[in-house]
Amino acid sequence: MNNHRAGYIYLALLLIGVIYILRLLQIQVLDDKYAVIAEKISLRRQTVYPQRGLIFDREKNLVVYNEPVYDLMLSLPIRLKGIDTGSFCEILEIDRREFDKRLAKAKKRSYRGKSVFKKNVSNILYARVQERLYEFKGFFFEIRQDRNYKYNSAAHVLGYLGEINRNQLKKQEEGYYEQGDYNGKKGVERFYEDYLRGVKGEKYFYVDKFGVNKGSYKEGKLDVEPIDGNNLFLSIDIDLQQYGELLLNNKMGSVVAIEPQTGEVLALISSPFYNPANFNIQNRGKFYSKAINDPTKPIFNRAVSAPYPPGSTFKPVMALIGLEDGAISENTHFGCPGYYKLGRRIIKCHEHTYSTSLQRSIASSCNTYYCNTFKSMMQLDKYANTEEAYNSWRNYLQSFGLGAKLGVDVSGEFKGWLMDPSFYDKMHGKDRWSYANIISLSFGQGELGLTPLQMANVASSIANRGYYFPPHVVKQIEGIESIPQKYLIKKHIKVSPSNFSPVIEGMFEVTKTGTGSGVAIKGIDIAGKTGTVQNPHGKNHSAYMAFAPVNDPKIAIAVVVEESGYGATWAAPIAHLMIEHYLQPDSVEVSSREYLETKMKNSNLIPVKYRELQDASLYGK
Amino acid sequence: MESKSRIDIISLFLFICIAAIGVASVYSATSEQGAYTLLEGRSGKQLMWFGVSAFLGIVIFLLNANFFEVFSWYFYVALMLLLVVVLVIGADINGARSWIRVGSFSIQPSEFAKYGTAFAVASLLSSIGVSFEKRNDLLKMLGVILLPAILIILQGDTGSALVFSSFVLVFYREGLTPLILILGLVVVFIFVVTLVYGGVYFSIGVLVILLVFYAFTYTNKNLLVPSITIAVLAILLSMSVQFLFTNILQEHQKKRIQVTLNLIEDNRGAGYNVNQSKIAIGSGGATGKGFLNGSHTKGNFIPEQETDFIFCTIGEEGGWVMSSLTIALLVAFILRLYHLASRAKKKFKRIFIFSLASIIFFHLMVNVGMTIGLMPVIGIPLPLVSYGGSSILAFSIFIFTALKMDATRDEDLISIYS
Ligand SMILES: [Zn+2]
Repeated sequence: MNNHRAGYIYLALLLIGVIYILRLLQIQVLDDKYAVIAEKISLRRQTVYPQRGLIFDREKNLVVYNEPVYDLMLSLPIRLKGIDTGSFCEILEIDRREFDKRLAKAKKRSYRGKSVFKKNVSNILYARVQERLYEFKGFFFEIRQDRNYKYNSAAHVLGYLGEINRNQLKKQEEGYYEQGDYNGKKGVERFYEDYLRGVKGEKYFYVDKFGVNKGSYKEGKLDVEPIDGNNLFLSIDIDLQQYGELLLNNKMGSVVAIEPQTGEVLALISSPFYNPANFNIQNRGKFYSKAINDPTKPIFNRAVSAPYPPGSTFKPVMALIGLEDGAISENTHFGCPGYYKLGRRIIKCHEHTYSTSLQRSIASSCNTYYCNTFKSMMQLDKYANTEEAYNSWRNYLQSFGLGAKLGVDVSGEFKGWLMDPSFYDKMHGKDRWSYANIISLSFGQGELGLTPLQMANVASSIANRGYYFPPHVVKQIEGIESIPQKYLIKKHIKVSPSNFSPVIEGMFEVTKTGTGSGVAIKGIDIAGKTGTVQNPHGKNHSAYMAFAPVNDPKIAIAVVVEESGYGATWAAPIAHLMIEHYLQPDSVEVSSREYLETKMKNSNLIPVKYRELQDASLYGK
Repeated sequence: MESKSRIDIISLFLFICIAAIGVASVYSATSEQGAYTLLEGRSGKQLMWFGVSAFLGIVIFLLNANFFEVFSWYFYVALMLLLVVVLVIGADINGARSWIRVGSFSIQPSEFAKYGTAFAVASLLSSIGVSFEKRNDLLKMLGVILLPAILIILQGDTGSALVFSSFVLVFYREGLTPLILILGLVVVFIFVVTLVYGGVYFSIGVLVILLVFYAFTYTNKNLLVPSITIAVLAILLSMSVQFLFTNILQEHQKKRIQVTLNLIEDNRGAGYNVNQSKIAIGSGGATGKGFLNGSHTKGNFIPEQETDFIFCTIGEEGGWVMSSLTIALLVAFILRLYHLASRAKKKFKRIFIFSLASIIFFHLMVNVGMTIGLMPVIGIPLPLVSYGGSSILAFSIFIFTALKMDATRDEDLISIYS
């Protein structure tokens, strides 16, 4: 009987064995749910960020490079336990309260099993924490590339990086970006984002309960190496850019210099400007509000965003249109008694010889000459009415790229002001306006606004005797055959090349005997035109447009100095100094012009009421 | 007769196989990506315990075979005293007061108590005149296994105490009425059904069965009283189970039972271990992720992985092949021990070896069962596999004593016939 009983027990044992083996068969072999769950729990994907493309100037000087930033991350914050909070706080230089606050936040924002504990940890702190990281299970660093800068220069051209915003994240088509990624926000960083960013790689590895890396997955077979971004060569000459920035020191204004044959921008300055390093990922939080609250608007890129009436710098354009349209000829003279009489209105001119030729009208900047030219153009027989004549005038200007964006690769471009006839219809009534209502357009005042970039592009078009390439700040993208196609298409001005000669002669005369002669440069033939722009809010804006050398133009330039005075006093010397700096960097003449250079550098033209609201740390001086 | 008094090679071979699987698994579960060798760390210690065991095994084989029988009650009493000592001076580890610190080592007397109890049970049952028919004898038997069980419960280690229920198998084998076993199974059945469906539904079910039963047998008046009695007892039991469950059991014990019965899903709290354990084993697939390659094992997702949950490492890294092989080896080992018991010529030896086999059987059933979600989480080790000096030493001594008894079985024949 007892053997019988032993048999039952053996049977029970065998039965348990078989049941367990079958159960194991079910969960191990037949059901692959557990394998999937296991991978989800212990397998992590980590993005490997590529090196963002470096940025060089046209002479291949390094301008922008990468600098790692460290985010202290916490994986699975809810599992955090058993770390020595006291010494952790001590290393991190935070108190217990802040630790608890950050931990609570990390728990709330946990995303894909990890969350940020402290962003942008400094290099020193990183080294210190990294050394003892093994003591603090669950904490790890995520390394990303921030930007740093070789020069405190060209902030507006370069732009900056920032965390991708929700909208962009939603709109993106290829799904490249993830929350928390950086992308270019302004300037070339934004325009060439697709080239600069490179291609992210990824790494798969196992983690333990605390999220600590436990070795790669399948020996890294699934890992993808990141591809570094393309380097960028700017057309900017960083030396010229810095020199211009030096001259515009303590002034509100702008300089744009373009190489006429190519449309490459050599310098693009808006002053005041901030130190680009203050606007990188690590620092922008500190400086952004300073920049916003500064009344001189250092973030505002005057070079492409601010429309100024061109004032007298517009006269060469007016002359070109008059010649082309048949309103005047090369030999047209107008008498100027020092004013232009328009019914009961008087438009003032200034002292110069009574009879004025085309060239002299430019050299001496005669308002009367252009009022007459404009009037005769508006009244040409070929036009049925003023509106038709105005439209024709407007068409010429549009061919210079006015009233529309030029498509430059710098953020914030404004199209400027060039009114549609309907504007005047609204103002005066349909068919109830004539040349008399808009006569001030003839000398660059009234409803006309050019950005310094447009002004420089006009100078460039005149230098080329009738064409321009859309201005751009990038010369070459490494590894890419060419810069965007739109910058390689020649745009023609609706003025025949032959009509440029008398105007250019007049502009040359400006620097020889005219308004710009006081600051002429020995050895360089410069064609220019001064402008003094009426400013209803304060002192006149000083403006100047020029190109040089006259017969083989290498540089076209436009300068605006706000609330400063005559064009000849500020804008012209700055332009000439820059032209000289660019064309004759080693000239012996430099010493003889030291006085002018020193004066420009040291003059503070910022209205006194603004000065005390400026924060020097923003400029990094 | 010299040749016959040798150690059983099959048992020894199975013992070594199982121990080897254990050492390798402990190594994998504790070594951080091969940070140290098999001979260092916990696997090294595990090997050392087996070394000590081998030494003690030799000592055991040098002893006279009758030594154990003569001194069996001394073993029992000494170990019971040790259990009492633990209660007084024991170190509190993981909420259980079941360890005694000796220098740098901690020993767990409850592991050795099974050994002592096996002696007492063997001695008691083999003494002349003891019978399952006598109430006094039954009470003695119950007392012998309840004493250590209660002392161990007092230490706070309910799991280890439950192991003593495996002696019921021994009693059954030696003549205890199967009613006790059946009653035990019925109680478990009522317990489970009550918890799953609730006491009220259980009672209604019992009444319905009673009515149906009555409808078919109403002509037979003799069946009426006993059937009503059984039904009332069942309902009372169900009610008391409900009462016990809601009022007596502690929260974590309740949860463990509920998780096992799939009544609640609690993958973070009480069910965390079982859930992670099932994931680790389940993700092993047919052939496993490879030795030292278990991502779940390496990730420390399962607490106590080298001790109570060592089977996870085997399942994850060795897959179905290795986990089945391990079970098969253990089953074979237990069967072999049962065989050794059955071929013993002395009742004392038979009962002792049978006790050992049944205890390993219980450990296997409960330990592996909990890792695959078929048993509630009861913290007892997998014999010879789980890390732990006390468990290894206690089982090894237990096994070597049994093997010594088997090796000398022919002498018993001589002594009987001489
Ligand atoms: Zn005049």
